[in-house]
Amino acid sequence: MAGLELLSDQGYRLDGRKATELRKVQARMGVFAQADGSAYIEQGNTKALAVVYGPHEMRGSRSRTLHDRAVINCQYSMATFSTAERKRRPHGDKKSTEMSLHLKQTFEAAILTQLYPRSQIDIFVKILQADGGNYSVCVNAATLAVIDAGIPMRDYVCACTVGFVDETPLADLCYTEENGGVSSLALALLPRGGQIALLQMDARLHQDHLETMMEAAMIACKGVSKVLDEVVRQHLQEASALSRD
Amino acid sequence: FRGHGTYVDEEKLTASVAGEVQRVDKLICVSPLKTRFNGEVGDVVVGRITEVQKRWKVETNSRLDSVLLLSSVNLPGGELRRRSAEDELTMREYLQEGDLISAEVQSVFSDGALSLHTRSLKYGKLGQGVLVQLSPSLIKRQKTHFHNLPCGASIILGNNGFVWLYPTPAQQEEEAGGFYTSLEPVSLSDREVISRLRNCLLALAAHKVLLYDTSVLYCYESSLQHQVKDVLKPEVMEEIVLLTQQKLMEHES
Repeated sequence: MAGLELLSDQGYRLDGRKATELRKVQARMGVFAQADGSAYIEQGNTKALAVVYGPHEMRGSRSRTLHDRAVINCQYSMATFSTAERKRRPHGDKKSTEMSLHLKQTFEAAILTQLYPRSQIDIFVKILQADGGNYSVCVNAATLAVIDAGIPMRDYVCACTVGFVDETPLADLCYTEENGGVSSLALALLPRGGQIALLQMDARLHQDHLETMMEAAMIACKGVSKVLDEVVRQHLQEASALSRD
Repeated sequence: FRGHGTYVDEEKLTASVAGEVQRVDKLICVSPLKTRFNGEVGDVVVGRITEVQKRWKVETNSRLDSVLLLSSVNLPGGELRRRSAEDELTMREYLQEGDLISAEVQSVFSDGALSLHTRSLKYGKLGQGVLVQLSPSLIKRQKTHFHNLPCGASIILGNNGFVWLYPTPAQQEEEAGGFYTSLEPVSLSDREVISRLRNCLLALAAHKVLLYDTSVLYCYESSLQHQVKDVLKPEVMEEIVLLTQQKLMEHES
């Protein structure tokens, strides 16, 4: 790419981070009383809101009912004001449908769906401000919301994007980096066992580099999981302190 | 041993939900802070009819809709009436979609769905009143969940977190088998009492105080110095709940 130098000679990125450094993560659980579970997360300038309803009786078409496990229904949308140019359709376009499908696959791998036969779990995620790594921020937000709803999961699902510049993997890309012609991959990880819930890459990359990218992504995901774990513990402590007095 | 909220991952017991750990000898359970209602036999529930087809389907804040069979209700005309095909056709006359009922859990199916019954005069269709939806974990299990409060209203504390507030009926009438609902206008003073109780319930729920007849009543008494609408203000809520908790402590000691 002409012009933008994504990684300076000193090893710093455009926003002053080091190559493996994550953006600042701030999160809150239980932001809505009406929903079964909800969470709000900020990862740098990317902000997302996740809401979970369920498990509840199948709504809509009964025919999708599964007799041995729960159906997971995901909907991803972006607020009209989330991007630099105002969006016409907040949801339902090709990109969001694909994203919804990815989220669904990710959480089918993580939630213990066989405990709730013939029911449905709804996960709605909305991007309020888009600044790169939308998929991973959505996954992290949805994880917190699912935990808040008290739905059993194998482990936290933590996601992170990783790009590859000048033979170095960059963790947690922001918007300018994502659009700067970097080949990037998104990874959703169950950190305790190191299982991969979803791996997505739609750029070209030399085979030899894949290994280093994956390793960097895993390390970044584990970093995210530490932060999420802290958020959950903090939330539990606050809630139990409230019910004790 | 593994209990609820845990699973075995490579021969190690792992928590699957975030919450409180409970240990009974070697059985380890993790109970999350808030969940849907997990029904047990004998629980009193308040629910809303969602479907009428051979049996009634009832939404009870549970994982799956509960069922109310035609054979587990009291039909008008006495206990020992046989149920005919005609009854099946006239089911909608007794309970329609959208009606609220109180019922008891009769059994739990293998997939977690609940089977309800209303074969007692205290259960049945609910008429005029106010429904408050709260978290099931806030309801204290007690011998009875039906209370006639001395402040002039009655309350049904459903185990599923649905609470029904209604004016105390003048006298118990029974020949309609629980499907009769009074449409008499409710006096303004009764409505005020009910609204105040509703706001009190919300205040108690916001501060995670267990709900049972005494706590609701004490909260009602402490709220009397404020206007009904003011009870919902956060600072007033806190004050009232604090007073209630003091009274409860005194009551216990």
